[in-house]
Amino acid sequence: MNNLNFISPEIFISLSIMFLLILGVFKKNSSGLIHNLSIGLLLIAGILILNNSFNSTVTLFDNSYVIDNLSSLMKILTIVGGAFVLLISTKYLKISKIFLIEYPILILCSILGMMVMISSNDLMVFYIGLELQSLALYVLASFNRDQLKSSESGLKYFVLSALSSGLLLYGCSLIYGFSGSTNFNIIGNSINSTHYGLTFGIVFILVGLAFKISAVPFHMWAPDVYEGSPTSVTLFFAIVPKVAALTVFIRFLYVPFFNMIDQWQPIVIFLSIASMIFGAVAAIGQNNLKRLVAYSSIGHIGYVLAGLSVGTNEGIQSSIVYMSIYMVMNLGLFSCLFMMKRNDQYFETIDDLSGLSKNHPILSLSLLVILFSLAGIPPLAGFFAKFYVFMSVIEQSMYFLAIVGLLSTVIAAFYYLRIIKVIYFDEEREKYDSDHSAWLKISLAFSTLLILLYFIFPSRLVEIVSRINII
Amino acid sequence: MNFPILSSLIILPTIGALFLLFSKDKDSNTGKYVALFTSFINFLISIYLWYLFDPSTSTFQFVENREWLKGFVNYKVGIDGISILFIILTTLITPLCIISVNNTIKVRLRDFLIAILVMESLMIGVFCSLDLVVFYLFFEAGLIPMFLIIGIWGGERRVYSAFKFFLYTLLGSVLMLVAIISIYWIAGTTDIVQLYELGIDTKYQNLLWFAFFSSFAVKTPMWPVHTWLPDAHVEAPTAGSVLLAAILLKMAGYGFIRFSLGLFPVASELFTPLVYALSLIAIIYASLVALMQEDMKKLIAYSSVAHMGFVTLGIFTITQQGIEGSIIQMISHGLVSAALFLCVGVVYDRMHSRLIKTYGGLVSVMPKYSILFMLFTLAALGLPGTSGFIGEFLILMGAFKDNFLVAVIASFGVIFGAAYMLWLYRRVVFGNLVNKDLLKIPDLDNSEKFILWSLAIPVLFFGFYPEPLINTVEVSVHDLIEMYNFNLNMFGPEVQK
Repeated sequence: MNNLNFISPEIFISLSIMFLLILGVFKKNSSGLIHNLSIGLLLIAGILILNNSFNSTVTLFDNSYVIDNLSSLMKILTIVGGAFVLLISTKYLKISKIFLIEYPILILCSILGMMVMISSNDLMVFYIGLELQSLALYVLASFNRDQLKSSESGLKYFVLSALSSGLLLYGCSLIYGFSGSTNFNIIGNSINSTHYGLTFGIVFILVGLAFKISAVPFHMWAPDVYEGSPTSVTLFFAIVPKVAALTVFIRFLYVPFFNMIDQWQPIVIFLSIASMIFGAVAAIGQNNLKRLVAYSSIGHIGYVLAGLSVGTNEGIQSSIVYMSIYMVMNLGLFSCLFMMKRNDQYFETIDDLSGLSKNHPILSLSLLVILFSLAGIPPLAGFFAKFYVFMSVIEQSMYFLAIVGLLSTVIAAFYYLRIIKVIYFDEEREKYDSDHSAWLKISLAFSTLLILLYFIFPSRLVEIVSRINII
Repeated sequence: MNFPILSSLIILPTIGALFLLFSKDKDSNTGKYVALFTSFINFLISIYLWYLFDPSTSTFQFVENREWLKGFVNYKVGIDGISILFIILTTLITPLCIISVNNTIKVRLRDFLIAILVMESLMIGVFCSLDLVVFYLFFEAGLIPMFLIIGIWGGERRVYSAFKFFLYTLLGSVLMLVAIISIYWIAGTTDIVQLYELGIDTKYQNLLWFAFFSSFAVKTPMWPVHTWLPDAHVEAPTAGSVLLAAILLKMAGYGFIRFSLGLFPVASELFTPLVYALSLIAIIYASLVALMQEDMKKLIAYSSVAHMGFVTLGIFTITQQGIEGSIIQMISHGLVSAALFLCVGVVYDRMHSRLIKTYGGLVSVMPKYSILFMLFTLAALGLPGTSGFIGEFLILMGAFKDNFLVAVIASFGVIFGAAYMLWLYRRVVFGNLVNKDLLKIPDLDNSEKFILWSLAIPVLFFGFYPEPLINTVEVSVHDLIEMYNFNLNMFGPEVQK
């Protein structure tokens, strides 16, 4: 029973979900209360995770659940991401008339699912976590049910995601069949000779995972779902589930199948290159900012995968650093999106940003910093993210990947520059409202400053991440 | 470690920019005084630095070394005889740019000043950095303010030019980033001083050289990747053109000397014919194109391409004269092209036209302007007695030493240079005064006089007495060449000079 305190964060979140549900049912008009409570409960869960001692690896439940540095860090990222999403979207939800009790509860559910995914050391556990988070996400995508686009995106996401889950499950069964276990460590020990069956299993699972992180060629759902979902859910989609899926990606590739690196490495490199190029090229024609974020996130996932494909601890660490910085940048970008509102109506196309710099100098300066950072221009944080990834890629002499990746940053720079051009060079339009919530302002200022001043203390984040040693 | 004088040079303009950012008033002149004050203090510090500088040694001075990216990259800055001149050029040109905004920038003055000051910080950083990653950081970060300067305050086709500038430069630079990271894994460090000592394995040098070359060739700019420059120059506001021509282009020349020669001697030796060929094409082709231009700014932009062709030619002669000449040519071009763009700016502010045919007969309405314009025209074509002559003369001397044919072809460039510059001057200043609007325009005002004279004095001074410049660079260049030849003998016996 001693071990239960290691999963106290998960238990705590499950209990909070039930408590909040009961509260929501019995107390009238409690959506504001539940919203705030869930933020508080998330933060408490975060503290519980911090409380679990770092630098030690604990496995629970017959070795199917693992608590280590990787899981703790990624859980904290997930929780912080989720808390920020809840914090800054209050006003948006109220105006969109979807400020309901279910919203924070669903977010908590999906976070719980992600935490299970992150800690899973077993195919079954992993699948349970994945489905828990996915079910919550389907509902969240179609949360604005009065709007056609939102329902459409929910349905689309559900159908495609179910398909990919099916493939993934089939991959799991193949792996179970050929290795005799669903536990990552046992699989890892039992594969001495390479079966074709195992390779097929890996491919199917990679397909399922690539779908979850929207890597090309399994990205088709992303633009539609990102555009159709309520903006706050898009933000959630863009940052939080990717962290969990990335963790599973890392654990799945590096714990059981590290010996088969020759077989999965080309696949991951292909996913990476395809995502980087496609994300850069396809975003050029977009006019809707949410769609553009979808394509840009596809591109960024390409860089994360580039780090993952390397096959070293440094590569994994660089991917995680990239993901963390990418989270901060997206948080800033969406804070700006939440600020683009006039008379209770939100705007989300690039043209709506026209001449923003004349009326809203601070907001546009932040956007400038965030966009240049997304484009990877030094000395902003986005540059360092790419720098670390390519550092580890080039260490293994994978020059082709490095050059393709860096050339696609040039293409990607074009569409970021286009937004900056609209903000700074074009004619101004009507002013936007300035009655933003304090949290929104704080999150924008926080993310902008973090991106801008990252170069002063660039090694802090790396130091934390360098404790993660999977291999 | 003593007082971090180089870091304060880098940081000071940014502090000024921050001060401006948080100031309330947006368009009044107070901001201008703040900016001017900061950049002027910076100029004084850099002059003091030159005074403290010891030219008798080529080791890096005023070195600061701090841990930065833990474990692999240090923030390391320091200067030698080559870099100090560029730093002084930067700190001299920036206050002049700030004075020149008086008439040119009508909107969002404060933002413009912030961009210029940030730019100054980054440019000084480029010339001080002694670590490849730090260098890359400064080198690339400069794109952001310049993109905004061209895009916000530029002319009609500003968006096109700003994008072209940004993407061309970025495309060149990403390959340099790959090379820098590769160097880290090959040699184990990105510290330039250590790399000079260690040397880089010969088998990697060619590719690495090309990666650096792609970045510097775009920035120089060399033919055939020069096409961004005329666009950027034409559309940028006067102060932007000045910064671009006077300092940004010099980053590449500096990079060639510091990195291409210093780190990859074997590859530099191998690719010298390529650089010669491209330089000669740049000199002849850009001169011919310049002859045909109807837009004054475009003409001067093409003349920059030709002059930078001389610079790259001189650098790759790898002779004492050639490299010294290139450095002096860069300094001189920094002063002269800045002055020429300012001269164009002066008449543009009055007539709002850059077309040569708008003007003619300016000498009778703007006599003072005509004198100064003539001085800079003559300096641009390299008349003895101006700094332009010293540079071109030394470069050609170096070239003759190395390759007779190349030197002869390059000499034609001097003649073409005289042709297009004098023809420009004749069409703008002499001739009949046809356009009646010209009668109403006033001659130079005080601030314009001040700016142009502060550029004219060093041009003349160093034209007659280049000793201080040569003294400063001599030892550094000498040791650089010595190290170059030493490494060549060590690592590449088959291509010995």
